[in-house]
Amino acid sequence: MKRIFASLAVCAAITATSAFAADHITGAGATFPYPVYSKWAQSYNKETGAQLNYQAIGSGGGIKQITAKTVDFGASDKPLKASVLEEKGMMQFPTVMGGIVPIINVKGIKPGELVLDGKTIANIFLGKITKWNDAEIKALNPSVNLPDNKISVVHRADGSGTTFNFTYYLADISPEWKKDVGVDASVQWPVGTGGKGNQGVANYVSQLKNSIGYVEYAYALQNNLTYSKMKNKEGNTVSPTMETFQAAAAGADWKHAKGFYLILANQPGAKSWPMTAATFILLHKKVEDPKATKAVLKFFDWAYTNGDKAAEDLHYVPFPANVKALIHDAWAKDLKTTDGKSVYMGS
Amino acid sequence: MTKPNMTLVDNTKTKAHEEAAGSFQRSPRFMNGEGFNSTFKWLSICSAMFILVILGGFFVSLTMGAWPAISKFGLSFIWTSTWNPVTEQFGALPAIAGTLITSGIAIVLAVPLAFAIAIYITQLAPRWLRHPLGIAIELLAAIPSIIYGMWGLFFFAPVFAEYVQEPVINAFENVPFLSSIFAGPAIGIGMATAGIVLAIMILPFIAAVMRDVIDTVPKRLKESGYAVGATDWEVTRAIIIPHCKTAMTGAIFLGLGRALGETMAVTFIVGNANRITGAIFAPGNTIASTIANEFQEAYTEIHSSSLIALGLLLFIITFIVLAIARLMLNRISS
Repeated sequence: MKRIFASLAVCAAITATSAFAADHITGAGATFPYPVYSKWAQSYNKETGAQLNYQAIGSGGGIKQITAKTVDFGASDKPLKASVLEEKGMMQFPTVMGGIVPIINVKGIKPGELVLDGKTIANIFLGKITKWNDAEIKALNPSVNLPDNKISVVHRADGSGTTFNFTYYLADISPEWKKDVGVDASVQWPVGTGGKGNQGVANYVSQLKNSIGYVEYAYALQNNLTYSKMKNKEGNTVSPTMETFQAAAAGADWKHAKGFYLILANQPGAKSWPMTAATFILLHKKVEDPKATKAVLKFFDWAYTNGDKAAEDLHYVPFPANVKALIHDAWAKDLKTTDGKSVYMGS
Repeated sequence: MTKPNMTLVDNTKTKAHEEAAGSFQRSPRFMNGEGFNSTFKWLSICSAMFILVILGGFFVSLTMGAWPAISKFGLSFIWTSTWNPVTEQFGALPAIAGTLITSGIAIVLAVPLAFAIAIYITQLAPRWLRHPLGIAIELLAAIPSIIYGMWGLFFFAPVFAEYVQEPVINAFENVPFLSSIFAGPAIGIGMATAGIVLAIMILPFIAAVMRDVIDTVPKRLKESGYAVGATDWEVTRAIIIPHCKTAMTGAIFLGLGRALGETMAVTFIVGNANRITGAIFAPGNTIASTIANEFQEAYTEIHSSSLIALGLLLFIITFIVLAIARLMLNRISS
């Protein structure tokens, strides 16, 4: 008994001392940007001693936690509409962008060999195209040897921002998808098997023969999965690369996007990758704990200035300077203390 | 929790007391008194009541959390098979069906195996092998469920798809009725896989309890059986089974209880698809895995409340299973 009490006391002491150390930021939310946030946190910690504790619990969890004010910031791949932000008294800003890629496991087909378009993917995920040698896939791939096998569809089992952006793209292309399935972080899938997390989908696709799934680009690379090329809005065939993600981001009109609500699916541009997505940070507009919010802003300020290379190394696309300036303006304008003073005073 | 701690503290106190007094009294005088006896009685009553309070608290808080879903969907929640976060329509049928089917497969496979194992260990195995076998079973029971999940996904599922599902699907392809039960494609993960892995998971539990139960059969009963020339099987059937029926049913329901609520391993291999297809190789979902998958990302009130309602249903199903077990046990023993 005594020993238990003693160890409890030690634990309490440790927690107490760390709470009084340098800036201690807590955040929770999307899994999609988790690798880059933790990389940034590491470097930031080395430079300033401040600690970032980011829990990758999913976008929905992030929205819930920041609404309940249990964390200093929430993170979500699914942006909140301006009206919802208004209602919750929150503001959001994007941090980085990334690409979602279709991944396949079909014997004999190499990465980048297969070409798909939004309509075909929608029909596969609707269960209307059931075999790999379907005429619609053949028409896109006249020279590829497609097997006469049933397609196993793999989707996310958990709610996810990746699913939100993926279904948003499919709904944008296919009226049938929009009507029958819709757009959300989790939907009622007409066919298929669900994997938990990006990694779960990657595992299933690498294991199930004749399967197709969708993951964030970095997961396709890490797991050496066969990705497909896509036909974009202009009808050009593009590969998933930094260049095509950047092309999709370049055309986006952040300036006129109210509350930074902008979904980068199916962007125009000759080189644009059609399934590009941004990830967002959520903060309460009325700042009750200015010290904590200042620490959050300091961190992201540092990340926008010093974090681009780290992001690119992890295959995320950083924002151009003009968008970063818009974000800084929004910080200064939207975040006010309880007595109406701006929390962000410039870097 | 309170009770064992109390004894612990009192024991040490007693020892110190004895040494100090240099006497060989078994317990200090105050523990023999009427006063201590009533304190002891009240402590026991409180501890027992505590269990009821916790149980009631669970039920109340689950019902409160599930209330938005209950008031919106009513009882139809149980037999609706839509699970659509976009239109905010939720029904529990696919999850209930998946839970019952996977647990059913697990029980059907695990019970005969567990019984055979228990009989072998207690009756047939050479004496030197009994102890190591018993320990092996206990070790199997100690493997964390996530390990079973990983093993199921990375090792068992591909093997099962290639060597069992494909031949079975092909064999029944043109047989009416069976062709829809064993419909393809052979992807390895699905309800049948989950049921089999669950069977392996609950097997050691059932086997260990059955072994202990069979050990309680009086030696003279068995020996008199053998003395009149009965074979191993006849002794098992005529003496061991009748003697242990009650407790064995208990063992089976213990296993069933574990299978119903198992979360991590099932989430890995059940396929996580909210659909009822009627095919046992097809991906499905269970109550526990639906909750595990969706709870963190459920940000509309009705979605999370529907998940809590699922939890409430699992609570009730488990409760019913235990009630049936009690009922059966009573009938057998009377």
